Amino acid sequence: MDKVVRMSSEKGVVIFSKSSCCLSYAVQVLFQDLGVHPTIHEIDKDVECREIEKALMRLGCSTPVPAIFVGGKLIGSTNEVMSLHLSGSLVPLVKPFQANLC
Amino acid sequence: MNSTSTHFVPPRRVGIYEPVHQFGMWGDSFKSNIGNGNMNTPTHIIIPNNQKLDNNLSEDTSHGTAGTPHMFDQEASTSRHPDKIQRRLAQNREAARKSRLRKKAYVQQLETSRLKLIQLEQELDRARQQGFYVGNGIETNSLGFSETMNPGIAAFEMEYGHWVEEQNRQICELRTVLHGHINDVELCLLVETAMKHYFELFKMKSTAAKADVFFVMSGMWKTSAERFFLWIGGFRPSDLLKVLLPHFDILTDQQILDVCNLRQSCQQAEDALTQGMEKLQHTLADCVAGGQLGEGSYIPQVNSAMDRLEALVSFVNQADHLRHETLQQMYRILTTRQAARGLLALGEYFQRLRALSSSWATRHREPT
Repeated sequence: MDKVVRMSSEKGVVIFSKSSCCLSYAVQVLFQDLGVHPTIHEIDKDVECREIEKALMRLGCSTPVPAIFVGGKLIGSTNEVMSLHLSGSLVPLVKPFQANLC
Repeated sequence: MNSTSTHFVPPRRVGIYEPVHQFGMWGDSFKSNIGNGNMNTPTHIIIPNNQKLDNNLSEDTSHGTAGTPHMFDQEASTSRHPDKIQRRLAQNREAARKSRLRKKAYVQQLETSRLKLIQLEQELDRARQQGFYVGNGIETNSLGFSETMNPGIAAFEMEYGHWVEEQNRQICELRTVLHGHINDVELCLLVETAMKHYFELFKMKSTAAKADVFFVMSGMWKTSAERFFLWIGGFRPSDLLKVLLPHFDILTDQQILDVCNLRQSCQQAEDALTQGMEKLQHTLADCVAGGQLGEGSYIPQVNSAMDRLEALVSFVNQADHLRHETLQQMYRILTTRQAARGLLALGEYFQRLRALSSSWATRHREPT
């Protein structure tokens, strides 16, 4: 779906979530803790919510939200983000997008 | 026909109880019965109608009966046997009277049951407030244990009992081999078995969470001291690291670095999940407290809260995933021997917590 491709290719960390999804919020908090300001797309506020959900599932997400993209690439859902972080691989991935205090 | 009346109806003659409709409060339903072209209403019956009561009864006498044969009989006998009419009217009155009495008794029964239900609900609320685990609505014994009728939970509790037994056996074995001599290959096997045993527990919990997420969240299957340290239905991953780390003798520089990073990322992940849980609590509380409190109606609020609760299952699974990954990473960072010592330390830590729980529970008993 074009819309999804466009939104997910935005620079930095992109999170597809729903306003009611507290797990998406947890992922947001984690990225913020790492010094990253992710772009949040609350798909339940979008008219094409169902299509977006289906598109995300087709891209390989086990659940439509939260879906995390870094630098246009799909990382996965909460599980994948947590595994990456504990193995130490998440920080290098988001390093280019960390807010620099200079 | 008004459905409530069917409760009073004996199997044989439905029609006799039709008079109930017209008496007292249900005069309207009689009118509507006639009005909507009830097939059994013969409008052409000619009967002397001095009294309204008799009129209603007589109309009914002819219309409500089960089959047309009765109707024809009555039509035929009307003009020739006035006594029969009177007798039939009297029978009807008597039947109607009995029906009214039965109805009164039934309504009284309903009222009593309703009061009893309210009482039971209040008792349940009190028990819940006092911290007793009250199961999914049906069975609970006086000790407050979760002897629920929920088969998923009952199965989990049984499996968990076996899990603890196996855990204790594994801890014993680890202790024995670490004090003796064991080659690395065999030790590796033991370590992997122990790791898989923990992962097995997480799978069990995932299934149980689908059956009753509140049960898993409350840690009711654990001992009281373990519950004291509960975080989203289990132990804190950061606690795990705190317990383990002092027990490692020599760590390489790389290991120290890796462990440091793991501690930090574990803490960050834990904090993120904790904040997510807090948000869930807030939204759930807002949901439940929505609308007007004090009106006595709550179905929409309860229904919308039900939708939110589905998220709780995801959180429990995510917390277990974090525990899983923490164990996995420790296994990756440590050598086999270190991992074995770590698993022994962790296992014994939980054994001590369980021992603490039973000591505390029995502290007031008379020493023998």
